[in-house]
Amino acid sequence: MAQTKTLSRGLRGTLGAFTAVVLVFIYVPLLLVLLNSFNTDNTFGWPPPGLTLHWWKVAWESQGARDALWTSVKVACAATVVALLLGTLAAMALRRTRFFGRNVVSLLIILPIALPGIVTGLAFQNEFSTILGIGLSLWTVIIAHATFCIVTVFNNVQARFQRLGTSFEQASMDLGAGRWTTYRLVTFPMLRSALLAGALLSFGLSFDEIVVTTFTASPHDQTLPLWILNNLFRPNQAPVVNVVAAVLVVLSAVPIYLAQRLSGSQAEAINIP
Amino acid sequence: MLDRRPGLRVGLLLTPPMLWLGVAYLGALAALLVTSLWTQDDFTGNIERIWTLDNFRQLFTVDVYRTITLRTIGIAALVTVVDAVLAFPIALYMAKVASPRTQRLLVIAVLTPLWASYLVKAYAWRGMLSADGPIAWIANPFGLDTPGYGLPAVIITLSYLWLPYMILPVYAGLERVPDSLLEASSDLGGGSWTTIRRVVLPMAFPALVAGSIFTFSLSLGDYITVQIVGGTSQLLGNVVYDNQGAANNLPFAAAVATVPIVVMVVYLALARRVGALEDL
Amino acid sequence: MRKTRSKTLAAVACAGVLALASACGTSSGGSDGGTKADADQGGFTAPDVPMQESIGDPEGQVNILAWPGYAEDGSTDKSIDWVTPFEKESGCQANVKYFDTSDQAVQLMKTGEYDVVSASGDATLRLIAGGDVAPVNTDLLTNYADIAPFLKDQKFNSVDGQMYGVPHGWGANLLMYNKDVVKPAPTSWGAVFDDASTYAGKVTAYDSPIYIADAALYLMATQPDLGIEDPYALDQDQLAAAVDLLKAQKGNVSEYWSNYLKEVAAFKSGDSVIGTTWQVIASTIGDSVAAVLPEEGSTGWSDTWMISSEAKNPNCGYLWMDYITSPEAQAQVAEYFGEAPANTKACDLTTDTSFCDTYHAEDSDFASQIHYWTTPISQCLDGRTDTECTDYGDWTTAWTEIKG
Repeated sequence: MAQTKTLSRGLRGTLGAFTAVVLVFIYVPLLLVLLNSFNTDNTFGWPPPGLTLHWWKVAWESQGARDALWTSVKVACAATVVALLLGTLAAMALRRTRFFGRNVVSLLIILPIALPGIVTGLAFQNEFSTILGIGLSLWTVIIAHATFCIVTVFNNVQARFQRLGTSFEQASMDLGAGRWTTYRLVTFPMLRSALLAGALLSFGLSFDEIVVTTFTASPHDQTLPLWILNNLFRPNQAPVVNVVAAVLVVLSAVPIYLAQRLSGSQAEAINIP
Repeated sequence: MLDRRPGLRVGLLLTPPMLWLGVAYLGALAALLVTSLWTQDDFTGNIERIWTLDNFRQLFTVDVYRTITLRTIGIAALVTVVDAVLAFPIALYMAKVASPRTQRLLVIAVLTPLWASYLVKAYAWRGMLSADGPIAWIANPFGLDTPGYGLPAVIITLSYLWLPYMILPVYAGLERVPDSLLEASSDLGGGSWTTIRRVVLPMAFPALVAGSIFTFSLSLGDYITVQIVGGTSQLLGNVVYDNQGAANNLPFAAAVATVPIVVMVVYLALARRVGALEDL
Repeated sequence: MRKTRSKTLAAVACAGVLALASACGTSSGGSDGGTKADADQGGFTAPDVPMQESIGDPEGQVNILAWPGYAEDGSTDKSIDWVTPFEKESGCQANVKYFDTSDQAVQLMKTGEYDVVSASGDATLRLIAGGDVAPVNTDLLTNYADIAPFLKDQKFNSVDGQMYGVPHGWGANLLMYNKDVVKPAPTSWGAVFDDASTYAGKVTAYDSPIYIADAALYLMATQPDLGIEDPYALDQDQLAAAVDLLKAQKGNVSEYWSNYLKEVAAFKSGDSVIGTTWQVIASTIGDSVAAVLPEEGSTGWSDTWMISSEAKNPNCGYLWMDYITSPEAQAQVAEYFGEAPANTKACDLTTDTSFCDTYHAEDSDFASQIHYWTTPISQCLDGRTDTECTDYGDWTTAWTEIKG
């Protein structure tokens, strides 16, 4: 797939250099975050007047950060489960059929992620609080997150269907397997890595979401991004936030690596919505 | 039976997702529109269910809202262009030059920053751009200076935040361009640049548009980055947020929120024309 | 979260109550903080909610609704914890919930699930008039006698001499400047308004419609022709004058700040050199800046602990109110949050011995110059009946136009 020789050596070199520059652009601010997590100056003065491990100790002992992390994991997991279910169903429905409403359906699935978060957040808040009169809770956050996560699963599964066609399943049915057996033994294994990739993206999307969350969370539900927002405004807490961010960056490499390993194609594994 | 009745099968499969999206989400959007036609009692602060177009009248007649809308669309467009320009070469390198091993590393390198909190990254840029920050520190000896806080800082920060959302679809799109096509172009005497311009770019265009949906829409609704690095400026998102969270005027906030909805629906319609929605 | 924008902003809904109060108002007696929003609330009749006569056996728990930073239980930072000592001392398990805006606080109090709340000046009257909070029997509170007298029996925490809460803490929005750059030292808000061009591109201002009151306060002193009596009661013309002043100021503003971190960083780096501030910000930055109360006075905030009329754990609620206004707890809260403690005995216990001097905790002259944040409503808060005033919605629109 890679290493086409048709591009000239000069062009390839230029592209490589450009890539390196962009990577520097991407990573310098992250390095600054890491550096500031050791900065003795709690408002990130530059250059750092001194270095300390104090913030790492505070972060390690912060019950609030751990609770918020746990809340975020719960929300992201629940939203991902819903997204997996609904996204797969939608992709299967649109698989072999070309019906009139097809475009409408795919547009509807894309819409929640394509509309700005503030619109989605405001719409849900208005629906829950003003129209339905139900209080905000962790469930309202999960409903909102699941809505914009469906697209990640849908896209990955749909792409997999397109790539694989239907011949295996037909063979299975021809050999006498029933619909459910075929699904269990042929379709699902075929989809497994696509589902995983979709689930990971969905998890990540929900995990770092702040705008929709701000609007749909009740005052006492604190996801990690909300905890971060609150703590940036508390005196002396901002460096702790940097520690949390630095840890997250390092930890995130694990699921991304797994997604890559388990997915057949490089590109498909990251079929971002 | 399900095999003989494909319509039924599709219907059964589609019912749960369509119920969720159609009822919960479209219902929410519809309710938002309805709310924008109500009014708020400035005496009690409660929403009154009296039909009125006053919110929209205010939105269209007060000049400042038009200025803010145009500014927001302009910023979103600029961020999209910057990201496209940055993303295309790196995606091309990943898809067509890098070895499989490098490719894998690059994907991780591009994805990883997505997990560092949005807020933390925005504050990191605040630090970078400060009059006393690393950019000024490096630039000053050369007689240059940091752009400081303001709209340029907003564009830089937003471009940074959304860049991965552009790189990934473009990379996925370029990977689907068969190498044989490039070879054919080269065999027919097309130089590298010609091949890129005449073959790769047109084929990657839908992917670029697909990526742009994210960079554009994410910028269109942003209100947090502007507060952090925007100096004195404000965008549409701030108006929505100020009216909802602060002034508690949900009907007017809802009216303002219809602006990005209209803009995005037009954008999606255009994107569909170039077939970008398939690439999402 | 400190006094973030949402807190100061979300004041609108108390509008109705204040309007009712002033509509049926007779004149009220003067009070030491006489420069506050001069709504006539003397004739305001609060719903008849019984007052507790004694503190019985603790119920074993108490549900606390608080601004972030007012009831820290060590979950954010292990060393910041004054809730656990309360639990040990009283036998009441404290369930703390934080809220972000005064609106939220009022809504949550209406559910009846919370026993006590730390309410700001823009929520207190709403809670009293709504019958959501009960009068507080100050005789039951051992620490009440030590509360600064200038905080007692104020319009936002009492009705007809009956207290509806215990004062918790307060602060002023001061004028801060970089001592190396800004010379001579400013004594007037004019430094950020009429003379702002001296420090063009380095001026900062608070990012909220409520900041319009700061401009009105300045106009009140410098342009008496406008007839502004109360910075929260502006008619159309007065608001327009304040908006013009702020639009002119904007050309010289580097950025509007809405939170602690933003302003501290901006002054440390030199991105901003003069503008409004809280004392805690000035103290954090250190010696390079000074914060002063200008000659025109200033805007500010004052918070009160109140007890729910439907409290399920009233005994533990009273124990909490007494505990949180004790010198020990007050010293910790005040230093962590960065505001003047209401209980002046706390001044002997702060780790920074000059804390109370810095925050003017015992300075009634200083306090009398503060116009505490309250919500502008169409019924003029200064008692005018011949004209209609601009409400918070108008202020929000105006603020959007000022920022452009």
